[in-house]
Parts: sequence; C-alpha cells; structure tokens
Amino acid sequence: MNLLRELLASLQDFLARAGAMTRFFGRLLLLSPAGVVRPRLIVEQVYNAGALSLVIIMTSGLFVGMVMGLQGHDLLQRIGSEDSLGTGAALTLLKELGPVVTALLFAGRAGTALASEIGLMRATDQLSAMEIMAVDPMRRVILPRFLGGVISMPLLTGIFVMVSIFGVQLIGVQFFGIDQGQFWSQMRSAVELEDVREGLIKGLVFGVACSLIAVFEGYNAESTAEGVGRATTRTVVISSVATLVLDYIVTAILL
Amino acid sequence: MEPAAGGRPVAGGDNVALLHGVHYSVDTKAVFTGLDIEIRRGQVTAIMGPSGTGKTTLLRLITGHIAPDAGDVIVDSQNVPRLKRRELYALRRRMGMLFQNGALFTDFDVFENVAFPLREHARLPERLVRGLVLTKLHAVGLRGAARMMPQQLSGGMARRVALARAIVMDPDILIYDEPFAGLDPISMGVVMRLIRSLNDALGISSIVVTHDVREISQIADVSYILSEGGVVASGTPKELHDHPSPIVHQFMDGLADGPVPFHYPAPDYHEQLLGAGEGAR
Repeated sequence: MNLLRELLASLQDFLARAGAMTRFFGRLLLLSPAGVVRPRLIVEQVYNAGALSLVIIMTSGLFVGMVMGLQGHDLLQRIGSEDSLGTGAALTLLKELGPVVTALLFAGRAGTALASEIGLMRATDQLSAMEIMAVDPMRRVILPRFLGGVISMPLLTGIFVMVSIFGVQLIGVQFFGIDQGQFWSQMRSAVELEDVREGLIKGLVFGVACSLIAVFEGYNAESTAEGVGRATTRTVVISSVATLVLDYIVTAILL
Repeated sequence: MEPAAGGRPVAGGDNVALLHGVHYSVDTKAVFTGLDIEIRRGQVTAIMGPSGTGKTTLLRLITGHIAPDAGDVIVDSQNVPRLKRRELYALRRRMGMLFQNGALFTDFDVFENVAFPLREHARLPERLVRGLVLTKLHAVGLRGAARMMPQQLSGGMARRVALARAIVMDPDILIYDEPFAGLDPISMGVVMRLIRSLNDALGISSIVVTHDVREISQIADVSYILSEGGVVASGTPKELHDHPSPIVHQFMDGLADGPVPFHYPAPDYHEQLLGAGEGAR
C-alpha cells in the first residue's frame, strides 16, 4: 500500500514538473520573436554552448569514427564487403550515432554549464536583481541561452559527423588499405539528402530538448549549493533519457 | 495617510509606500497578521526586528515579488498586487534595491554592472552612458575600480558598486536589504553615510532592513520594529530606545534572553540527556 502511495506521489511529481516545463517552454516560444531584436545576445550563447563545446565534440567524434572503422572493418570483412565501410559508417553516423552522441555530449558539457550558471545566478540573487531593475530574466538570460543551444546543436551534429567520417576513413583507408576511391564514391552514391536532413532534424529536436531541460532546471534550482548541484545532475540525467526516448520517436516518424 | 475614495488609505503625497492590513503566510506559518506600515517620502525608514519576523518578506511585498493573502500594498499610489506585469515593471523602474550580497553580475565588470539598467532601458549614446556610470561610481567612491571584476572586490566595495547600480536610473525609492551585514567597521561607516547622503542629495525615499541598531539609529528618520506578525513599535530611534515594551527593549539593547527566548522550543533538557521520552536524539 505504501509502495503504491509512493508511486502515485512520484507520478504526481513527474506530471507537475512536466506541466511546469511545458508552460516554461510555451513562454519561451512566445518570447522567441523578441530574441531576434537582440541577436548579439544569441551569438554570445552560440559561442558559449557551441564554440566552447567544439574540442570535446571533435575529439569524441574522431575516436567514435576510429572505433567504427575498426569494428566496421572487422564485421564487413567477415562477409567480404569491407569496401562498404564508408557507406555504412556514414549512414549510421548521419541518421543515428551523430545526433545522439552529440546530444549526450552537449548535455554533459553545455547543458550542465547552462544549468549551473543560471542556478548560481538564482542563488546569488542576480535574477532577482534583474527583476527589480524591471528587466525580465526570461527574456534577458533564459531566452538567449535557449536559442543559442538550439542553434548550436545541429551545427555541432554536423561537425561531429564530419570528424567521425574522417576517423573512419583514417582507419579504413589509411590503416586497413581500403581503396580511397571506393570508400568515397560508395558513400556518395548511397547517402542521400534525406539522410542528411534526418540527422539535422534529430539534431534540432535534441537541441530544443537538451537546451530546454538545462535552462528549466537552472531557472528552478533551489537557491543553495546543493540545489544547484541537484539541478546540474538532473540536467544530465533527464537530457540523456529524453534524447534516447526522442530518438525513438523521431526515427519512427521519419522512417 | 490620505483617505481614498473607497475609504482605504493610499500612498501619495507624503507617503511613498503604505502597507495596510497585510496578511501573509508561508504554508501554514503566518508571517504577517494585519501589518500596517507607512513609508514617508524623502525619509530614511528603518525596518528592524528579530530574525524570522518577515523583514525581507516585507521588501518582497513592496517590490511585488510576492502578493499578500489579504490587505493592501500601495507604492506610489498603485496597489502592487493588482498590477499587471508591464505596470509592475514600470513601477520597478522607479525603484532601486541593494541586495544583501550585492547581487552583482559576475560576468560583467564594475562599469558594465552599473551601466546594465541604462543599456536595458535607455538607448543612450555611449558617451552619455560613460558619463552617467562614472558619475555614480564617483558618488560611491569607486570610479577607480570601474574595470575590476566583481570577484576582485571586497564585500564593502561590492555593496557600494551595487549601490551605484541601484541609483543609476535615479529611482524614487531605494530599498536596502541588510546593507551592513558582514562588513568591517570602516565599510559599515562608509555605507551608512552613503545611505543618508544619497537619500538627501537625490531626494529619494529609503527603506532599510537591518539588524544593526546602533548604525541605523544614526541615520534613520523613523524605525519600525516587527514581531509577532506586525509592528510592535515605531518612532524615531530615541523614541524606540525609551519604549516600554520588553521585546523592543530586548531588541534595542541586544539582550540574549527575553520575550524572544534564547532557547528554541525543545523537550525537557534532563529527560533528553538521559535518553528518555520523545525526541531523545
């Protein structure tokens, strides 16, 4: 009986939080046109969320690509199709691995930075100070960070995929000696614009989800060191789960 | 206090703010049960009282961060809880607030912190912004620290920068939340003199929430002591010192025990030490 009561309470909490996040998202959407008025603020956040994530995205992309090269070559060699390594890797990266891994890395680097920054601003009364100055923190702080994240994610996804393909090529062509011409020409003939579009759509959807979760958790963090810590942890956990759930949903819709 | 058409008092004329019959609770705990306070225009008004009596809550009511359960909070003839967001923001443009920790924006240097309200609300030429910011920084004695970051400032300096930022839009009302907390005696004296001199020089009205009886007594025109959900005493610092109420006496003289007990309510000491009864831990 107690277990049932606890489950119901958890469900109630979850629904309340989901409702609050939906309202928060609705307000951000309503405010979004105002973001265009001050593009400088958004550009700053694209730099913070996007440019500053480049090192981790490119490094991870390179190694993910190299591992794909090793594993893919081993697998394809068994069925005598190692020349298809480029095609298989490109499709996997564009449609699935690229957007998902980028989103997970984004949540870990930019998402946590956003949540802790906003949470600390809350804890140190910076957001209250803005309100007293008749400056809406949602418009001045939250919206640019949200839009900066949304813009950054598809760009980071594209960069991740390109660097990963380079990593696959490095292993497949340079290490295992697959023919360079075969590698690229097979990839060019098999990969279609639809596949690129699918990857970018996923990048955009994950960008909205991860940025929304980060700014929501930061904005609603308790004004204590523990509260900011909890908000940061929740950002990573919820963003990661949301990315995987949304990946299934978007894939099911697009296929 | 001036009577309004509906028979209720309004803030206007001599009053810059008025709280009338304010009730406010957090969960089931009543913070205010019929609070009445009058903030006179052009004066330094001190709000004092033991911890947990709702001093900061009072400021949040005045600034419209929270709404009372009942009663009126009238600032500049406007009933704050009934204002729409846009009206509330228009009212807040005429207010300045100094937070206990300064609440400076950590990404900006001192100059940009002070310039922030100007950049957000007024499209002024950079030359004019620079002039205004340097004037306000000069007023608080920190023109030379314009390019320092908040992390490089001492507590007293941060408080003064926040003060420069609070006055940069030339507000009518300046609100101070514990302006002396954690300051060394020199910084305390500087901030104290600034509160009085800015109030007189700029012709503003100041509301100061503080525990520091001795300091505020030197600069306040009128003080209110809050306790038990309302005002237990008000008047000039001298009147409060001579007040017969035991709780006012305890607060003004800083006595450890009195109507506000030293010990938080607890089970019997001996029983608890011997591990008997409830709450043995």
